[in-house]
Amino acid sequence: MTPTSEAELGEMIASADAPLEIIGGGTRQIGRVEGASLHTSGLSGINLYEPEALTLVAQAGTPLAEIEAMLTENNQRLPFEPYDLRALQGTTGTPTIGGVVATNASGPRRIQAGACRDSLIGVRFVDGLGRIIKNGGRVMKNVTGYDLVKLLAGSHGTLGVLTEVSFKLLPAPQATATVLVQEAEATSAATMAKAMASPFDVSGAAHAGGVTALRVEGLEGSVAYRGKALASLLGGEVGPFDWVAQRDVQAFAGREGDVWRISVKPSDGPATAQALRKLGAQEVIFDWAGGLLWVLVAKGSPLRQGVKSGHATLIRGAGLAFPPEPAAIAALSAALRQKFDPRGLLNPKRMG
Amino acid sequence: MQMPKPNADILARKAEIVARLRQVLPASAVIDDPFETKAYECDALSAYRCPPLAVVLPASTVETAAVLKACHEMGVPVVPRGSGTSLAGGALPTEDSVILGVARLTQVLETDYKNRFITVQAGRTNLSVTGAVETNGFFYAPDPSSQLACAIAGNIAMNSGGAHCLKYGVTTNNLLGVKMVTMAGEIIEIGGAHLDAAGYDLLGLICGSEGQLGVVTEATLRILAKPEGARPVLIGFDSNEVAGACVSDIIRAGVLPVAIEFMDRPVIRAAEKFTHAGYPDVEALLIIEVEGSEAEIAEQLGKITEIAKRHNPVELRESQSAEESANIWKGRKAAFGAMGQINDYMCLDGTIPVSKLPETLRGITALSKQYGLDVGNVFHAGDGNMHPLILYDANKPGDLEKCEDMGADILKLCVEVGGCLTGEHGVGVEKRELMHAQFGTDDLDIQMAIKDVFDPKWLLNPAKVFPLDASEGRRQ
Repeated sequence: MTPTSEAELGEMIASADAPLEIIGGGTRQIGRVEGASLHTSGLSGINLYEPEALTLVAQAGTPLAEIEAMLTENNQRLPFEPYDLRALQGTTGTPTIGGVVATNASGPRRIQAGACRDSLIGVRFVDGLGRIIKNGGRVMKNVTGYDLVKLLAGSHGTLGVLTEVSFKLLPAPQATATVLVQEAEATSAATMAKAMASPFDVSGAAHAGGVTALRVEGLEGSVAYRGKALASLLGGEVGPFDWVAQRDVQAFAGREGDVWRISVKPSDGPATAQALRKLGAQEVIFDWAGGLLWVLVAKGSPLRQGVKSGHATLIRGAGLAFPPEPAAIAALSAALRQKFDPRGLLNPKRMG
Repeated sequence: MQMPKPNADILARKAEIVARLRQVLPASAVIDDPFETKAYECDALSAYRCPPLAVVLPASTVETAAVLKACHEMGVPVVPRGSGTSLAGGALPTEDSVILGVARLTQVLETDYKNRFITVQAGRTNLSVTGAVETNGFFYAPDPSSQLACAIAGNIAMNSGGAHCLKYGVTTNNLLGVKMVTMAGEIIEIGGAHLDAAGYDLLGLICGSEGQLGVVTEATLRILAKPEGARPVLIGFDSNEVAGACVSDIIRAGVLPVAIEFMDRPVIRAAEKFTHAGYPDVEALLIIEVEGSEAEIAEQLGKITEIAKRHNPVELRESQSAEESANIWKGRKAAFGAMGQINDYMCLDGTIPVSKLPETLRGITALSKQYGLDVGNVFHAGDGNMHPLILYDANKPGDLEKCEDMGADILKLCVEVGGCLTGEHGVGVEKRELMHAQFGTDDLDIQMAIKDVFDPKWLLNPAKVFPLDASEGRRQ
């Protein structure tokens, strides 16, 4: 099914009597899949773009590339640096903005500019009864009613099918610099913490293969100043670094094994990596100042048991993708889902 | 403004209810003397007052859970209260409700500079969170005007903003986790020192739910490294349109100030008279603040003043010292108080797309003429959050009602131009009935269904946020 309007989508869901798999571009395959395919690619197009108001409203099936091209032309960008999982997951297809929102896809800049959910300011969606719902809007400060915008971000299509999403944008930086520090993993968390505690507004903090990378962005003079100051503070040097490769975890693309994405307290990063290696982890890439671990491990390894606090999601591989939640949270989540999709039609097994 | 009729059965059971509250809490934590409960009969929306049945002041999460469980079992509504600074009546009691104040929950529980967070009890004031970390070079970013008094619990309930959220976001963007007690008395923890949820973003849902889904007793907040410095520039224009165009051009040029504040002539005059900040007598005034090292500040202000000069400002004053910076901010920070010296006023909080600023200001002027009430405008211009202040005379019969009608028309205008009813104050009772202007039946129903999940009996702050006719069936 490929509806071409919100109203048509509403009718399709209202009259559906079996599970539906909601598909944007099909490039972020996380969790189990069940049901007839429902594609959002027919709901495409940028409805509103006001560069002077830093606001964009787009239909959910709009290709991400189309949005990014338009923003680039105007020296603006989506603040949260959404990742592209195609190479990592071996998927083909066209990433959509709705898929970005449904998975709350947020890259290295998460630590400075927030996640997708933080830039998302409005949604329209169709719930499991076929009702068209709106929440939030196109303004960046809005506390009118409950914040379903946040709830829908990262709900993987299980609460409703997104039809329209609105964002707060940021100016694209004039300049970028990365400070590189050659060091072992064990000391990297402290280096990244030091950088984050500095006044230099670090917008990326990653570590892999014996190199810690710290990014600053902004006006040219400012970036030159902060890059130098940070290098001097940390004992590193300004150098080249591929933040797109970091964002998309290109290092694990095409390699055999499962891939996990693990969110922990940043200072727990190195210890968590050590624990995961005992469980078979072959390679670990740190992002988010140590708070995010991308892990490559042999297929079927029970990596989740090595994560003591925070949470682990299986991004590539067979098995339970989402971590089990504490009983009270699981009960609330199930009850919410019952309200949004009482017939259990929307991606019913996706989140386990 | 209407509130539902109090439940006569609950009023009749007052003695029994208070006795039960005293069983689960220390004696000093339960107040039922009508003289003492008077302090809790309103919040900062002081036009509306109602004495509560009783007031409870638990000193821990466990005590909070015990008192909520007792109220749940007795079927008694509970109205949570932070510091009572809500401008929307979020903490307004009903006669048949128990006020649950978090004023005794003020401890700092954990400070972690390596991971850049602080965990506090939720009754702690906003400014004292920064106070706890500033000697180490950190701060807590959201800065509502009431930050000296307002509690983190209330900030979370209303998803409070502030003048600097253009760069740093509002409460929800700076909240990492909460410990919360449900109406049934269950203690749950959401989020923590790690980023983002693996499942549903319940934290995002709780933030801004106006104390209707649970009582937050502890909060883990993101703290940030203080910038090296900050400096404002003051720019005066002889028209609102030109000031608005200047803001658009600055944003378009790729400069992101931490704050862009806008004041119109009535507010400028009142603020000047009150504070002698040295403001010029102009139609519109912008205060734009940037942050960074000396060189970075100069680079940003250079771009901003270059753009401003293209719009022929009548005044352009770059701060040259800490004292001058304080002076530039002094009038803005005192603007509400200054207007209060002149008159009673009602402060609105609608948000509009910034591109609609001139159109909205013209509409407000027309409404001001139509109703015969003066309006001053203070405005977070970077993010479209307007604060029109409608002046009225509380002693003049009918003036408050006229003012409320005019306020409603201004907020409907905000919605019509693509904005919303409230940017940072919350709906409370004040904008409850206007929710129909922004939301359709299904939009409201799904929100109320969420309250059904967290509070099936609708006992927690029940007569707020949703229009009374929409929530009636659920509140019965």
